[in-house]
Amino acid sequence: MKVNIINQSKGNKMSAKKKSPQNLQKKLTGGEALIKCLENHGVEYIFGFPGGVVIPIYDAIVNTKKIKSILVRHEQGATHMADGYARATGKPGVVLVTSGPGATNTVTGIMNAMMDSIPMVVFTGQVVTSSLGKDAFQEADMFGCTLPFVKHSYLVKDPNDIPRVVKEAFYICNTGRPGPVLVDLPKDTTAGLCTANLDPNMDLPGYIVQTSINKTDVKNMAKMFKGSKKPLLLVGHGVVIAKADKEVKELAEKLQSPVVNTLLGKGGFPETHPLSLGMLGMHGTAYANKALVNCDLVLSIGCRWDDRINGNNDEFCIGAKKLHIDIDPAEIGKVVNVDAAVVGDARLVVKELIKHIKPLDTKAWIQECDFYKKEFPLHYSTEKGLPAQYIIDQIYKISKGKALVSTDVGQNQMWSSQFYKIDKRDTWYSSGGLGTMGVGLPAAIGMQFGRPKDLVVAIVGDGGFQMTAQELTTAFIHKLPVKVFILDNKYLGMVRQWQELFFDNRLSGVDLTGNPDFVKLAEAYGVKGIRISSVKGAPEKIKAAFAHKGPVVVHCEVVKCGNVFPMIPAGKSAYHMIVEPPKTKIK
Amino acid sequence: MKTKNKSNIHTISFLVANKPGVLVRVALVFARRGYNIDSLVVSPSLDEKFSRMTITAQGEPETLEQIIKQTAKLVDVICAGEHSEEDSVDREMMLVKVKHASTSKSIIMKQAKKYSASIIDEDEKTIIIAQIGTSDELDEFEAILKKYVVIEMVRSGKLVMVKGQQST
Repeated sequence: MKVNIINQSKGNKMSAKKKSPQNLQKKLTGGEALIKCLENHGVEYIFGFPGGVVIPIYDAIVNTKKIKSILVRHEQGATHMADGYARATGKPGVVLVTSGPGATNTVTGIMNAMMDSIPMVVFTGQVVTSSLGKDAFQEADMFGCTLPFVKHSYLVKDPNDIPRVVKEAFYICNTGRPGPVLVDLPKDTTAGLCTANLDPNMDLPGYIVQTSINKTDVKNMAKMFKGSKKPLLLVGHGVVIAKADKEVKELAEKLQSPVVNTLLGKGGFPETHPLSLGMLGMHGTAYANKALVNCDLVLSIGCRWDDRINGNNDEFCIGAKKLHIDIDPAEIGKVVNVDAAVVGDARLVVKELIKHIKPLDTKAWIQECDFYKKEFPLHYSTEKGLPAQYIIDQIYKISKGKALVSTDVGQNQMWSSQFYKIDKRDTWYSSGGLGTMGVGLPAAIGMQFGRPKDLVVAIVGDGGFQMTAQELTTAFIHKLPVKVFILDNKYLGMVRQWQELFFDNRLSGVDLTGNPDFVKLAEAYGVKGIRISSVKGAPEKIKAAFAHKGPVVVHCEVVKCGNVFPMIPAGKSAYHMIVEPPKTKIK
Repeated sequence: MKTKNKSNIHTISFLVANKPGVLVRVALVFARRGYNIDSLVVSPSLDEKFSRMTITAQGEPETLEQIIKQTAKLVDVICAGEHSEEDSVDREMMLVKVKHASTSKSIIMKQAKKYSASIIDEDEKTIIIAQIGTSDELDEFEAILKKYVVIEMVRSGKLVMVKGQQST
């Protein structure tokens, strides 16, 4: 009550001065002001789950015609949907949950967004300010517990701060290197009156978005290319985020340089382009990793030399010049010491770089890379049952490579990245940094909300699917035609693979015998279920799934002990890549 | 007391927004990178919207570079930078409570004068001495006082300011 009185008096003073027409409007609660602000930021969907302290916000949602509230079945699902929505549209995903357990359930999704640089604003309810720190019912210190997991965060104690905080949150989350912003909202903040201008000035003296680039740095980088006979462009997520795909293509074609991409860089450069060698890294293509080992210059564009690419710092690209473009200055020199670096937006930097570089004589190098492609192609065999790779290959061929694809984490993810080639940006979702099992289905739902007319395919494992399977309800209720392919090998396949290769096949904690009948499960959710148990007839069933108007679960009973190859053992460099099952134990 | 490797001691100064949680955000970056904070001073800056934070910490220089970059990235951090003896001056303050006998008091007072320290409180059994100086000067005086009965000691942590026209 106290808050209300204070704010009323403030409001009266403001409206008496007639400073802004906004102040003459009907008085808004903090919750109503929040929803108005979200409308003004073009928010279409709020993914969330209510609870006691966010009722003032959910009450305000009743009156909005512009925003749709999507009721999920678990808060983690809400964060992954917001994440999928953000990746498919480039717009921030919005999450709204209650305090305590509702809020803590979002932590995994927030960290996932942090690791993959995803714009997301998460509103968490909080107990009334007078109860803060008193172990009130459903109180969890969200501001405190998420500090290392967010780009920025707020605890809003005054309803009049809501418009500024929302504006700052949306600005911070989707500028520079994107990331999640958490806004913790005590109940009295959203129930109290907000008389502030809904479009206030931001107050961010410590947050400067670099909009220009240092042209001298670009020229210095351009000089590095002189004399290079074996250049390699390493395309990371930064290219996708900066929408620099056209510029990168122009650069690659002008240089005549082969291109490799990271898991999240899929879409940054067409993987069907003759210069593309596909994904590099632990389970990248052999030819991408061979090119990495043999190049004399590697330019990372928006890639942070993650350990799944780099493997071993001391043996990484020995003798090659290393160049780095990144919008985050903290990434320069973090993992790999570089010969030249430019800090800035990938699109702006590459555009400028193109002006200063000359075509290189790379004929022999391209021939060498083509040789690797021919010598070490991705392959699988259908002789011993239904391989997961075959399903993905067929999904790719039948969808003509035009689907929006989300993966889960593990073998399904690596096989998808190998066999579903991505040509356009914003059509690929994978949990790259955090490796969060359970993202596949909710992320696909988020992508479908953002791109209702596109074919959205989720390729998930039987393990990860069961972590967020309840979101099938969300797909069913909103008639989202997502196609969920469960690659069921009745194992936690990637861990099983490591146990087979590095632990004498001593399988421990990986057996998923007892999985439910996924077709029946789908039907229980009102979703069409299809089963594929053999290669024969599989393409027709995939076509039938695509032709169905609503959501479909395709239960694919794949071979139990398929392994992902090529593989670079953890902690080793690309020199140690294995392309087929080893005859002896790997040390 | 741990022996300190002087070359691995760094002084970093931050200008930060005067908001709750900023200290934790900065401290988390240090903790995650395995940097132990030796001393930390936070106080309002000239503009009350901001605070000045001075941290002395031990660790590898390469790690420190990352720490500075990671902290500079924080939305609430306006600027962050390491300072050396060449570009800046620094001072620290120490309060020491010493138990004295009538015989030792004059000797302690003499030493205090030598180190420009002053007696700020005394009774029949104890005296409290305040010293302002560089950390090295404080270390020296502390070592001398330890020959007597030191009851307790508290040091403020290092404050730095960049020399000349430039601001810290």
